[in-house]
Amino acid sequence: MSVIENISFDHSELLRFITAGSVDDGKSTLIGRLLHDSKSIFEDQLSAIAHTSRKRGMEAVDLSLLTDGLQAEREQGITIDVAYRYFATPKRKFIIADTPGHEQYTRNMVTGASTANLAIILIDARKGVLTQSRRHAYLASLVGIPHLVVAVNKMDLVGYSQDVFERICQEFHRFVAGLNLKNIAYIPMSALNGDMVVERGSNLGWYKGMTLMDLLEKVPVDHDINLEDFRFPVQLVCRPQTEEWHDFRGYMGRIESGSISVGDEVQVLPSGLTSRIREIVTYEGNVEDAVAPQSVTLTIEDHLDISRGDMLVKTSQLPQVTKEFDAMLCWLSEQSLDSRRKYLIKHTTRVVKAVISRIDYRLDINTLNHDAADTLKMNDIARVSLKVHQPLVWDAYPRNHATGSFIVIDEVTNNTVAAGMICPSKGQG
Amino acid sequence: MDVILNQMDEFAPVAGPVAGLVMKNEPVVIKRRVVRQLGHLEALESEAIHIMREVAAECANPALLFSGGKDSIVLLRLAEKAFRPGRFPFPLMHVDTGHNFPEVIEFRDRRVKQLGERLIVASMEDSIKQGRVVLRSENQSRNPFQSVTLLDAIAEHGFDACIGGARRDEEKARAKERIFSFRDEFGQWDPKNQRPELWDLYNARVHPGENIRVFPISNWTELDVWEYISREGLEVPHIYFAHRRDVIRRGSGLLPISHLVQPKEGEKVENLMVRFRTVGDMSCTCPVESAAVGIGEIIAETAITRITERGATRMDDQTSEASMELRKREGYF
Ligand SMILES: Nc1nc2c(ncn2[C@@H]2O[C@H](COP(=O)(O)OP(=O)(O)OP(=O)(O)O)[C@@H](O)[C@H]2O)c(=O)[nH]1
Ligand SMILES: [Mg+2]
Repeated sequence: MSVIENISFDHSELLRFITAGSVDDGKSTLIGRLLHDSKSIFEDQLSAIAHTSRKRGMEAVDLSLLTDGLQAEREQGITIDVAYRYFATPKRKFIIADTPGHEQYTRNMVTGASTANLAIILIDARKGVLTQSRRHAYLASLVGIPHLVVAVNKMDLVGYSQDVFERICQEFHRFVAGLNLKNIAYIPMSALNGDMVVERGSNLGWYKGMTLMDLLEKVPVDHDINLEDFRFPVQLVCRPQTEEWHDFRGYMGRIESGSISVGDEVQVLPSGLTSRIREIVTYEGNVEDAVAPQSVTLTIEDHLDISRGDMLVKTSQLPQVTKEFDAMLCWLSEQSLDSRRKYLIKHTTRVVKAVISRIDYRLDINTLNHDAADTLKMNDIARVSLKVHQPLVWDAYPRNHATGSFIVIDEVTNNTVAAGMICPSKGQG
Repeated sequence: MDVILNQMDEFAPVAGPVAGLVMKNEPVVIKRRVVRQLGHLEALESEAIHIMREVAAECANPALLFSGGKDSIVLLRLAEKAFRPGRFPFPLMHVDTGHNFPEVIEFRDRRVKQLGERLIVASMEDSIKQGRVVLRSENQSRNPFQSVTLLDAIAEHGFDACIGGARRDEEKARAKERIFSFRDEFGQWDPKNQRPELWDLYNARVHPGENIRVFPISNWTELDVWEYISREGLEVPHIYFAHRRDVIRRGSGLLPISHLVQPKEGEKVENLMVRFRTVGDMSCTCPVESAAVGIGEIIAETAITRITERGATRMDDQTSEASMELRKREGYF
């Protein structure tokens, strides 16, 4: 077993978060407020959106324009696709993804959510928990976002009432009781006026918890990287065939999880052949060990047949290698699932043909009931069984996001039509 | 030494009307292992290397766009890290407006030679000669027409993917773009209909004639780029450092005097200490006043600047609210 003793902790931590929730709950406004009050808006950006706001006849600067950057979004006053923003405080670096609330654009919300460490679900205090709030909370739990903040927004429109806030918290709490969301914080706020975003404001004296900014700076950054199981999907084989590197054969890829040291025994999957790590090659020179998520080049002691799509693992930590598995699927395409058709699955660096052989159930997003279904429409979430032509090397998604996730591609249109998360096989923990 | 790792999710399908997935959140204790966490630059670097390798593996005929500017200088270092000791699995391509700063072209050629890789120059002069680009005046900004030359070159060489150095922090339309950005057979970007992009499972599949633009440093900021250049000790063209230059004030910016830009009536030529934050078309790329003669000083200035890179330096982006989006729709980087 590898022992890595050298620690070089980061100078600055990176937290990726998203805003989610129903249409018009104030997600984009909140991001604007957060950036504005933390002095992260540049002068030219501020004067550009002030100009646009005036042109549109608004009295105050519309902060949602900061992320709603597309013409169509500005025309309609809605968010259509994810916008990414970057800011830093002395404590941390942040990558924000502002996602759309519109049901039609759920796929764009999932795009933002798949890489997030934290989600802020906004709820309009006047409207309470809506279907779309539930859908987004469910999706956040499904993709395994470790932290959730429920922002009860527009408190200014309900007289900053503590009762309203508590009622909504309870309602939300009841809904998420069955989901795998453990770290949930509730914050009342007004994104428009800035109460409890960066400043506490003077209207919510009864609330004693942290402001949003406080929380963002203090929440532990849980990387969803599995640090235990070594997984190295081969991206490329490097054979320079030059004088100097005549016999060099390196396997290029990123350590998706775990760590590796020179001398470790590894197994190549799906073939099952074993060897030992000879060198860990980097541009800076060879190193003794490497950890996720480093991109490196590995050489091994033996000549084995290894190509893109194969995975190197440690013999002591084996994943599953099967042609059949179950998964939770989010259908993202306007074209419904056709279970007679073959689709392509991209899983790690492997692309295989697949059929969706059975829909176990489709989820009713309001009740979380399991319904029977024979097709999946856009935005449906379902548990399905899949069969693939070539075996996949996988771990269950909650154990390992990198080796438990896949996308489904329509071979005819080349579009990405679904996102999948592999379930543990029956009888497995 | 025992270290408690972050909660290791373990989930089981749950019967009944609850949810598909539920996890127990018990910390997993692993003996004698201290896990190193990557710094944020290391994490961004690894992400970019992974992206470049995916392009090399999944695309039949990619190219890397190299302009001699700081972002593409970073791309080249990332390509070295991704592919050495092998050669780059793609040629470099420069879309040459003919309005370049001479220092940048000199640098471009030197860098390409150092690397021993192949450079294709797609020249706008050619597009103009062929009548593909029609200019109103010889000295007008050529940035908007780069798309024509770029798309022609993509068609000529049959590229199915172009790796570019655009960053999401540059501009509001860029902030919306995927890392693998699909372009149809006319090179157009449809911002309302982008492919979902989940985790880091990139979909690079295209039909003949279509292409993908790939932006490995999407998530980098201007500051990250300078910190990386400093960390890697990369050379950049001199005009990024503060130097004395004849400029005039026009609109909200400074414009460098050159054969393309001459003072109009009433404009006064000043000799100021300036540096460029981007290098583009000489007729519309504005320098900023600065005393930063070294990388450390540039980093310090970048960390506290109150104006975005494009806001400070690109006159052509300020012409209308959506000028970048419109250009991108037409095939721009
Ligand atoms: N009174 C009040 N209005 C708010 C508040 N936050 C947002 N709004 C208003 O609510 C409307 C919608 O805000 P957005 O930020 O665009 O909403 P969104 O959630 O981003 O909407 P989508 O992205 O389209 O789903 C705008 O008119 C905002 O000014 C708030 O705290 N109080
Ligand atoms: Mg919005």
